Amino acid sequence: MWSEHIGARSDSVRNTVERGAVKRFAEAIGDLNPLYLDEELAAESHWGRLIAPPTFPRVLDFGTLTEIRMPPAGVIHGEQGYRYRRPLFVGEDLYCYTVLEDVYERQGKAGKMVFVVMKRVAEDGGGEEVVSSKEVYILTEVALAGAGEAS
Amino acid sequence: MTPPPWEVGDVLAEIRLDPVSRLSLIKYAGASGDYNPIHTIDDAARAAGLPGIIQHGMLTMAQMSRLITPYFDRGYISSFFTRFTGMLFLNDVLVISATVTEAEEAEHGMVYGFDLLAHTAEGRDIAKGTLGFVWTGAAR
Repeated sequence: MWSEHIGARSDSVRNTVERGAVKRFAEAIGDLNPLYLDEELAAESHWGRLIAPPTFPRVLDFGTLTEIRMPPAGVIHGEQGYRYRRPLFVGEDLYCYTVLEDVYERQGKAGKMVFVVMKRVAEDGGGEEVVSSKEVYILTEVALAGAGEAS
Repeated sequence: MTPPPWEVGDVLAEIRLDPVSRLSLIKYAGASGDYNPIHTIDDAARAAGLPGIIQHGMLTMAQMSRLITPYFDRGYISSFFTRFTGMLFLNDVLVISATVTEAEEAEHGMVYGFDLLAHTAEGRDIAKGTLGFVWTGAAR
């Protein structure tokens, strides 16, 4: 399933790291670090400006892979891995896209499972990678039935 | 330059979070844009074969990072990996702990490696992670 689409890449989407979105996110995760919230204090830090929490990239739009459609139910988020060159800066523009990195099947106790590995990349205006993530999703029998792929 | 507060083998003071509430999950759904209803709506969770709504894995990951993010004024996180191993339900209490596993000289400063663990107060594993932090030491 979907192996012919490995390597597919979405369009690149411009995202602005918005101050209000960072504040709401920081409150929702219960991490009220003043470097996310206090403009004056952040200006005096070594970053010189407000930064975003490490899992904030979850908020960004990394484009849509038109080649595949994740089923609406039965998908388990198995793993998430980030690599950062630095924190995200509030107010900066990032250009974000998704690559279908891998798809493979395993036979589990509960039947066939399909593992879908997505790579998401956020670059600055100069095309330099700021953060990337590797996400592993596990499609269970429920999900595969929804995608018309039941074994 | 401030000296790093860690040595290999150190165990960081754990964080015990408030019990999972529906409101905290609704807030995270809104702030993150993840509206998958298995995290907020009972009927949707049951229809997916779950006993009840479950916390977003990415919220657990964000909570795990809280042991390290207070040091953002002295460096930055260079890598952060999490494997989600269990489901967190309403009223569960999450406990986050971390151990310093390595310290290595690198281009921009010392890189510290951490093992992170998220489990419930009853001892059920929820997530395991590793994190790299580059200690540049610069306060400004």
